[in-house]
Amino acid sequence: MSTSLKKIISQHSLLLKTPTGIIGLDEITDGGLPKGRPTLICGEAGCGKTLMSLEFLIRGAIEFNEPGVFMAFEEKASELTMNVASLGFDLDKLQAKKKIKLDYVHIDRSEIEETGEYNLEGLFIRLGYAIDSIKAKRVVLDTLENLFSGLNNQAILRAELRRLFQWLKEKDVTAIITGEKGDGPSLTRQGLEEYVSDCVILLDHRVINQISTRRLRVIKYRGSVHGTNEYPFLIDEEGISVLPITSLKLEKEVSSKRISSGIPSLDSMLDGCGFFKGSSILVSGTAGTGKTSIAAYFANETCKRGEKCIYFAFEESPKQIIRNMRSIDVDLQKHVDKGLLKFHASRPTLHGLEMHLVAIYKIIKKFKPDVVVLDPITNLITVGSVSEVKAMLIRLIDFLQEEQITVMFTALTLNNIVNEQTDEGVSSLVDAWILVRDIEFNGERNRGMYIMKSRGMKHSNQVREFIITDKGLDLVEVYLGPEGVLTGSAREAQKLQEKAGSMLRDFAVSRKDRELIRKRKVLEAKISNLQMEFESAEEELNKMHQQEELIKQMTSSTREEITNIRRGEHNKEKGGKNG
Amino acid sequence: MIEQSHMPEYIEDEIYRLRLFVTGASPNSTRAILNLKEICDNFLKDKYELEIIDIYQQPLIAQAEQIVALPLLIKKTPGIERRLIGDMSNRDKVLKGLGLS
Repeated sequence: MSTSLKKIISQHSLLLKTPTGIIGLDEITDGGLPKGRPTLICGEAGCGKTLMSLEFLIRGAIEFNEPGVFMAFEEKASELTMNVASLGFDLDKLQAKKKIKLDYVHIDRSEIEETGEYNLEGLFIRLGYAIDSIKAKRVVLDTLENLFSGLNNQAILRAELRRLFQWLKEKDVTAIITGEKGDGPSLTRQGLEEYVSDCVILLDHRVINQISTRRLRVIKYRGSVHGTNEYPFLIDEEGISVLPITSLKLEKEVSSKRISSGIPSLDSMLDGCGFFKGSSILVSGTAGTGKTSIAAYFANETCKRGEKCIYFAFEESPKQIIRNMRSIDVDLQKHVDKGLLKFHASRPTLHGLEMHLVAIYKIIKKFKPDVVVLDPITNLITVGSVSEVKAMLIRLIDFLQEEQITVMFTALTLNNIVNEQTDEGVSSLVDAWILVRDIEFNGERNRGMYIMKSRGMKHSNQVREFIITDKGLDLVEVYLGPEGVLTGSAREAQKLQEKAGSMLRDFAVSRKDRELIRKRKVLEAKISNLQMEFESAEEELNKMHQQEELIKQMTSSTREEITNIRRGEHNKEKGGKNG
Repeated sequence: MIEQSHMPEYIEDEIYRLRLFVTGASPNSTRAILNLKEICDNFLKDKYELEIIDIYQQPLIAQAEQIVALPLLIKKTPGIERRLIGDMSNRDKVLKGLGLS
């Protein structure tokens, strides 16, 4: 509803509503049935009209403190009491407390002779007295049309019914009138919808593939918004639940908190932190790719954090899962013992999709988990069509998101078209989609994992090899060689090959290094040789220079001496003479 | 009861116990009273007891007697209980209902 429209409505007096207290119905009708007006509930035999109207009264009496009158044209009071006793309602007690008044109206055509003009004043008086005696706010007329089988004069009956509904409005009671669906296009056999024009609810009971589903639709609701879809509903030991509701708006709280998947390497693919809290995750893959293992890891991690988890198993029994997960070093039993982990195993064919949904819904409501695992959703196809499963999952995801519960689905993909559709059908709903697939290559099968999508985060686009060992799960990078993606032993072989290659390369490099060293040594030797040669040459040269110098000196000194001698021959002689 | 079933429905000295339920002085009720009185005077002179009950005054009876349509005439005796509704304007039907025809 747009805000401007809301304003207009709030300015005028809003249509007051009477909550039914029936789970889900008040959400669909945006608050309940129109207060002080009659509502028609119609449908085929056995679709739950009587029960729904009776629950409306009982819940009104118990939860809203609004006493109610039930006028039964079909079943006796004792029968009704017994019928609802199985749902845990004690009608006798409520009657004794003047919360509810049952009145069985018996009409038998064979006992009655019509002798002229009459009216239904007797009915009015009875009803009026019943309403006044307990100050009733709610009234149910169960299968009013039985009047038509008991009385002949249609003209009188129709006029009286019109008067009755008018009278009910004047009495300001919220009334439910039930009517059986007849053949033909009209909703009820006697066209009651003609008189009750404020709110009409149609119940339906269909059997498809041997599995029955009850559905409810609000055909008409004057002066109010309401859900217009067909909503499946259930009758179980707690009464009627119209469940779960696809909320009319997409206005949910979101969390930016992240939670780990339990596999560190997967977390690192998911932007390093894991999934968003309250998001929905789909793990799909072919048979035997380890979907359950991923789910168990996720459950295990959740419980390790001290949070609660429910594991819905549609394929294996809890004990089987616990045993199998021990083989990959995951001990789920201790979490079960601690009460953190709860298994709920049921065969998909046990009951229809809606029953499953409600079972899931109720357990979740009771246990209040942080994480829910459904393993696998593919099996649900056996009890419903692809579109029904999708519709169910939409509602489930919707509900879980509202409750801020993270959910992980696993889905089996086969290489056939029908089942791929489911996958895709669901995949558009989920926030994260992890695909595990077989990579068959080189005579063996290996598992490859990649993230198809993960809303709101920068996830890895790489294919990782997914290995399951007795130590647990891990992801390793696959080899992207010239021949494509390599996994398993091919990856190992490639690894070896690369190792050998690198060793060879190492060897080659070291040989070259050594040669270089040798060359350097040779060169160094040569250099020193030359240096020495140069030194000796230099020495030679020096020697010559010295010799030359010496010679020079010697000659000069000799000459001096000679000169001296020559000059001093005399002197010497003289000196000699003197000396 | 077994004895009765062997007997004819109409017994000469049997008293007709009739109860007529009406709603105040509504036209239907008034007509019903007048019509019934006339029939009784013509066919059951001095052989009937007619009790006229106004449901408005005693609403509890409505539930006890399984009353839906009004006016209602209940013939308690003789024979099996019969219920006649309407303003008793259809004399043939009234007589048939009372076992007088």
